[in-house]
Amino acid sequence: MYKYDKIDHQLVSERVAQYRDQTRRYQAGELTEEEFRPIRLQNGLYIQRHAPMLRIAVPYGMLSSIQLRKLADIAKRYDKGYGHFSTRQNLQLNWPKLEDVPDILEELASVEMHAIQTSGNCIRNITTDQFVGVAPDEVVDPRAIAEIMRQWSTFHPEFALLPRKFKIAVSGTTNDRAVVQMHDIGMEFFKNKKDELRIKVWVGGGLGRTPILGTVIHENLKWQHALSYCEAIIRTYNMHGRRDNSYKARIKILVKSLGIEIFKQQVEEEWAHLKDGPLTITQEELDRVSAYFEPMPYEKLEVHDASFDTAVASNPAFASWVKRCTHPHKKDGYRAVTLSLKPHGKAPGDATSEQMDIVADLADAYSFGELRVSHEQNLILADVELADLFDVWEKAREHGLATPNIGLLTDMICCPGGDFCSLANAKSIPIAEAIQMQFDNLDYLHDIGDIELNISGCMNACGHHHVGHIGILGVDKDEEEFYQVSIGGKQGNDASLGKVIGRAFAADEMPSVVEKLIEVYLKERTAEERFIDTVRRIGADPFKAHVYAEKEAA
Amino acid sequence: MSQLIKGNAIVADEWTRVIPPIYGDEPVRKQAGKVVMFKLHGEDTFTQKQIDGTEIPATGKVLLPLPVWLAKKESLASRMAAGEIGIVLQTHEPIENLVAAFRDLNSLPVIAVYVEKFADGRNFTLGNLLRTRYDFKNELRAVGDIMRDQLFFLKRSGFDSYEIKAGRNAEEAIASLNDFTQPYQGGVNDVPVWRRIDRSQA
Repeated sequence: MYKYDKIDHQLVSERVAQYRDQTRRYQAGELTEEEFRPIRLQNGLYIQRHAPMLRIAVPYGMLSSIQLRKLADIAKRYDKGYGHFSTRQNLQLNWPKLEDVPDILEELASVEMHAIQTSGNCIRNITTDQFVGVAPDEVVDPRAIAEIMRQWSTFHPEFALLPRKFKIAVSGTTNDRAVVQMHDIGMEFFKNKKDELRIKVWVGGGLGRTPILGTVIHENLKWQHALSYCEAIIRTYNMHGRRDNSYKARIKILVKSLGIEIFKQQVEEEWAHLKDGPLTITQEELDRVSAYFEPMPYEKLEVHDASFDTAVASNPAFASWVKRCTHPHKKDGYRAVTLSLKPHGKAPGDATSEQMDIVADLADAYSFGELRVSHEQNLILADVELADLFDVWEKAREHGLATPNIGLLTDMICCPGGDFCSLANAKSIPIAEAIQMQFDNLDYLHDIGDIELNISGCMNACGHHHVGHIGILGVDKDEEEFYQVSIGGKQGNDASLGKVIGRAFAADEMPSVVEKLIEVYLKERTAEERFIDTVRRIGADPFKAHVYAEKEAA
Repeated sequence: MSQLIKGNAIVADEWTRVIPPIYGDEPVRKQAGKVVMFKLHGEDTFTQKQIDGTEIPATGKVLLPLPVWLAKKESLASRMAAGEIGIVLQTHEPIENLVAAFRDLNSLPVIAVYVEKFADGRNFTLGNLLRTRYDFKNELRAVGDIMRDQLFFLKRSGFDSYEIKAGRNAEEAIASLNDFTQPYQGGVNDVPVWRRIDRSQA
């Protein structure tokens, strides 16, 4: 993974000094609450219901074991001994003290981490596929360009105060796992017929109050122009995006109101001035950064491992974990492992300091000392030998990290919701927990099979409810919390936005509503169908009929 | 009193920034009962009544809002020739209007870009374009809701003078012009770090 050189170290430590002084000025009354707000947000610090929340950047989801141990240590000493992994592959601390934040940043800097631009109206953490570099369907490893873009976007002088937040995702696989179509800019890297690296660029996707999938603005961009083209897009947005209404300020609204053709024309006009200038990425720079992402020193292994095959054959619990929680790898004899942060009855995405330490140990022992955070809020060991999987499973299981539910109903995406977040209209974690308890039967879960259930506590859609096969949105009606249910959303290449099935439900109805949706699926499915396929084939009506009919009768 | 930073020092401001009067009957745009803070690109800045009512000091160097200059330029031709007129551009005013108003932008000793609110980052793009696309070489001044926390960005976007808003310590703010030693990306006056230094040795 990327390692800081003197330039990176100096920049991050200068940032700590800058933010320490900003905090001092705020505490001394030299900055008003209103003035401090955009400043602290640019540093990932929210003022929440109970305490500030600090969001720490995990660039494109990559962590070293050293970094994870430091996060565990910070959570223990400055917080309540746990952290929350978010859908932007970052880590959130829910209880730090405002006055401690400069010290926390200094600790982070010591392990090449920071909280720069994890919030606020600026370019946010760039995200990608959690299996980057190891997935068999990967055409291009986009991490070097992602790192070049991370540096370019960090304290970009022109884009420090945009109309609204700006999210970029990159992907280099045939099956999109980075949800590039729901980002302000999405970039899919591919090789053209001449084996040259090219980028398909989407613009104007996003969830939130107005969910829109991105539109292709460039089919075939040369990689050398990744920065200049993004700069043209964001400059156009900075000047013309709507600052008068924060609900209409994302780039998706600008693209929609102008239409992609006119927007593209404006971008191209701007780009004509920037193209082939100093922003053009050189082969030398790409090579320099790519050197940090060389393949790991893999052993030459057989496709099969006898001890592994025996364990799978003789231990059904292990076999079911292997089926759900391990993933194919480019290299023979290796698997990627997902450590589930979704044990039933716990807040999705939360990890305790002890668990973080355990995961760091596992990474050191079995996966070259590195790991990743997925946007589904789990942790990934990317390079585990088949022969080691049983050991990893036993150790992970001992610490509640081996629930074999990856891709199943209880592996849900969930925002922190009204328990923590001051933006939320409703709680989301208790809903997730109640649904997990309702479906706390692994055989039943495996029978239901692949399904994505996403929960957001408000319109801002941090829980990605629009692209859940089942999406749940917390809404506020006369100060009471209700939940709106949608079905038919999907992430990936054939992404779609879910449709609301009808009027909202009270919190205590939610587990049975989900149960009823599942009942319709189990009754109607063909042998090959996943939940989303059945919804797409038969439409929403049979689901609506079952959910609401019984409800009316009751 | 606001204070002016130019170069790396606080200097006396020889320019008077002319502000049109407020009569109280200007249209106020509201959304959901709240006053809209940011004007949209191309929106009018002042009413005709405000422009007509603007009093321009009879002598000395003055910074005039673009719409005021456009309305009164005939009577100000000699002062322009004497180098006594600078222009204030607001962040929602199309830069093309400014460029179209002058045969040579460099006949202006000063262009000031005004931001109503700190969170309005359009001034950065305007500064960049004035320097890189329109080749403006004279003083480029940031005015309005300006604090030390924007200075590093403003400097890299082509500004070279900064009117720190009243009540803020401008002396201390100067340090923020150098908050970072080696920024990653290029700016108006420099190239990306990998073109600036040899990072393979860093």
